[in-house]
Amino acid sequence: MNTILRIIEVSKRFGGLLAVDRASVDFYQGDAIGIVGDNGAGKSTLIKMISGVYEPSEGQILFNDKLISGLTPAAIRNLGIETIYQELSLADNLSAYFNIFMGREKTRKLLGLINVLDEKYMEEESKKVLSRLNINIPSLKTDVAFLSGGQRQAVAIGRTIYWNAELLIMDEPTAALGVEESDNVRSIIRKLKEDGVTVIIISHNINEIYDIADRFMVLKNGRIVSVKKKDETCVDAIISMIVSGKEI
Amino acid sequence: MEETKNKVDFKSKMQKLWGLAFLIFLVIVYSIFGKGFFSYSSLQNILLASSILLIIAIGETFVMITGGIDLSVAFTMGLSTVVAAMTMKAMNQMGINAVIIVIVGFVVGIIVCIIPGFLNGLIITKFGIPPIIVTLGMYLIARGVALLLSGGFPIGKQPSLLGKIGNGYLLYYLGSKGFFWGIPPVVAQDLKRYIIQIIPYPVIFLIIILLLSHFILSRTKFGLYTYLIGGNVEAARRAGVNVNMHLTKIYILSSIFAGLAGMIYCFRYTSGTAIAGEARLFDAIAAVVIGGASITGGYGKLIPGTLIGGLTIAVLQTGLVSMGVSTYYQFLAVGIVIILAVVIDKQIPLIYGKR
Repeated sequence: MNTILRIIEVSKRFGGLLAVDRASVDFYQGDAIGIVGDNGAGKSTLIKMISGVYEPSEGQILFNDKLISGLTPAAIRNLGIETIYQELSLADNLSAYFNIFMGREKTRKLLGLINVLDEKYMEEESKKVLSRLNINIPSLKTDVAFLSGGQRQAVAIGRTIYWNAELLIMDEPTAALGVEESDNVRSIIRKLKEDGVTVIIISHNINEIYDIADRFMVLKNGRIVSVKKKDETCVDAIISMIVSGKEI
Repeated sequence: MEETKNKVDFKSKMQKLWGLAFLIFLVIVYSIFGKGFFSYSSLQNILLASSILLIIAIGETFVMITGGIDLSVAFTMGLSTVVAAMTMKAMNQMGINAVIIVIVGFVVGIIVCIIPGFLNGLIITKFGIPPIIVTLGMYLIARGVALLLSGGFPIGKQPSLLGKIGNGYLLYYLGSKGFFWGIPPVVAQDLKRYIIQIIPYPVIFLIIILLLSHFILSRTKFGLYTYLIGGNVEAARRAGVNVNMHLTKIYILSSIFAGLAGMIYCFRYTSGTAIAGEARLFDAIAAVVIGGASITGGYGKLIPGTLIGGLTIAVLQTGLVSMGVSTYYQFLAVGIVIILAVVIDKQIPLIYGKR
């Protein structure tokens, strides 16, 4: 399998607190890995180092063999690593297509002089990317505030896909969703894997992600307790590792 | 899903229509009960009366869409009239060509506004202090500077060209003589009352500014980022938008609009005074709120929104005068309408469903 991201002996200190302790793990193309652990295990800190919000205190992060630890979040985004935070980073007062193109809007010249937003183009392209994910949103002109939780999640995912994310980090993607919508999001993640996107999913609820993840990484007190393939473990064993901090 | 879309469309239409419907209702009521309200000159005067208020309100709309507020415009406007009038008075006394005086005065009056706007934006973004506090401080600073410069008195002795532009009309019509562009026909005194004046220059100025601003707000990235920052400032930052720079530009823009309003004042009343904008601040904010902008940011339009809000205030005030009602009732009327506007705006989604 093609290794897309390498975390090598990465640690993060906040003053006297060691939030992540010498973490080393590889991520593969088209792989979905669930990062699980209790509160304060270091999950958020680890993904924030990947996405560039934090710089590692020690160690290296390589993406497609390029050193990315120390780069800004914007630079890391441009390399193809996208993060969907729990609150989705959507603007409720704007349409789906403006949200998908947020920060990277398409413009055209009006009368050859003035740059205006090319809304028609953005709407058409957004339709295409959402249909790739088998998502149906009747009107992309509607403010995102009026969409369901699953549709909003789809818009957030659509934004990362449109900009050709190779690695997608999702923080608690199904936390605020009902049963059917959670199922829809899992279908989208399966589709992303088929398209070769690597997906990292943080979740408190192992049952929510067990079906779609290929591997599981258990963290406790900032250390990686274990990285297991799905056929090497089970839900109960993972829960036990989360609680005990010992590899099973 | 279709049901949700229909609810959204209906809500959006209701919000657009109720303001216009209320304005039309007011016009009808005053036309019936007011003396001389429904006449060409009266309606034109409403537009003229609302021109200063609307230009300030345009700037305020941009600010309020970002979730902020700019109280300093009241005295930024006054400061711009004082600085412009002082400059033009000095140049007039030197015998400089009137056209040059007017142009220089206009430019100086606008440029001086950049300072309070820039300071507002810088302090709000660098120190994270709420806009209401920063702009309140700037309101007082601009007031102090304007009063110090003017000594508390209006500054006159302006070139006569100023008044000719400020009180001039695009077109004049006299039945016996036809149309005249820009300059009224020279006729005997008893015939002057038959001259029909069509479209005052300040209204043309307002229309141009309004259309340009509406275009910027609704069609450009600058306008979109204004809404984005008001809707979710953190999302904007994560998307790579330079939020601090954008907000600073917004506050500079707001001050410039206050300066443009100040220039209309200067031209119409051929003087500059520190208190020129004092009475307009709350009317301008009222116009934006009545026009449907959200006080928490993310929503608001210039056309029809703020335009209808501003016209509603002007019609309310003019109509009450035409009915012979005490001017003190104007405060009551505008206050009631603001509260009504916000209540109705909040009720529509509750009635028709919002996520």
